[in-house]
Amino acid sequence: MAKVVVDVMPKPEILDPQGQAVAGALARLGVAGVVDVRQGKHFELDVDDSVDDETLHRVAGALLANPVIEDWVVTRA
Amino acid sequence: MRIGVITFPGTLDDVDAARAVRYAGAEAVPLWHADRDLKGVDAVVVPGGFSYGDYLRAGAIASIAPIMGEVVVAARRGTPVLGICNGFQILCEAGLLPGALVRNAGLHFVCRDLRIRVETTATAWTGGLAVGQELLVPLKSGEGRYVADAGTLDALAAEGRVVFRYAGENPNGALAGIAGISSADGRVVGLMPHPEHAIDELTGPSTDGLGLFTSVLQNAASAA
Repeated sequence: MAKVVVDVMPKPEILDPQGQAVAGALARLGVAGVVDVRQGKHFELDVDDSVDDETLHRVAGALLANPVIEDWVVTRA
Repeated sequence: MRIGVITFPGTLDDVDAARAVRYAGAEAVPLWHADRDLKGVDAVVVPGGFSYGDYLRAGAIASIAPIMGEVVVAARRGTPVLGICNGFQILCEAGLLPGALVRNAGLHFVCRDLRIRVETTATAWTGGLAVGQELLVPLKSGEGRYVADAGTLDALAAEGRVVFRYAGENPNGALAGIAGISSADGRVVGLMPHPEHAIDELTGPSTDGLGLFTSVLQNAASAA
């Protein structure tokens, strides 16, 4: 078994109002210097050793992320 | 004409969609997400709601439900398909329509009656409407902001595939004010506002929404 991490983030050109709301909340908390926040998703998968990298990228691109609006990175932990 | 209305776990508007189908004079055929059977229907409505609780992304899990495989095949053959709200999100996730629906700018869930402008009548679902006509229909969505890359937006405009735009203030930050689009052949249409809730003065703000459902009947009659 292997642990695989897939991180999904909104593409840079996609407005991320949730991230903006977090950035605004940090300012209200009195934290200075955080100029931008982008919010994404973090998936942890337990997979058999038989699952190859190509399959993992297909899993990420076909379901975990929407390629129209999101980028993703697959990492074997 | 028999029009299928799909129910997923978490679908809310299948009952109103079926009612709109009957008001238009067609037979409404219930379709179940787990079936691989369209029961021979002549058109399909993918209604609104929160299929699979909007888990992962709105429409993402529904887009790979067994029934959607059949809808994709039928749509490629020219069967008219209408996606409303969550149904629009599902059609985008399934690849039948380009682009995606993301969280509203400003984060607020928008629930109000508003006017949308008909931009084309060259689709299976808007043939009985008029270009420039405004429809008063409810919008109720938190992830209704249409986005696509610049090339896709240019192509949609150039090919006359923007079907509806918000007529007044943009309620959710949708790019180019887009409320609804169509496939290249005009058979598949998706929109965020709810025409099926605007078919009877007793229960909705107008009867403007009925025109989409009567249009698909006229389209089928003229093709026969």
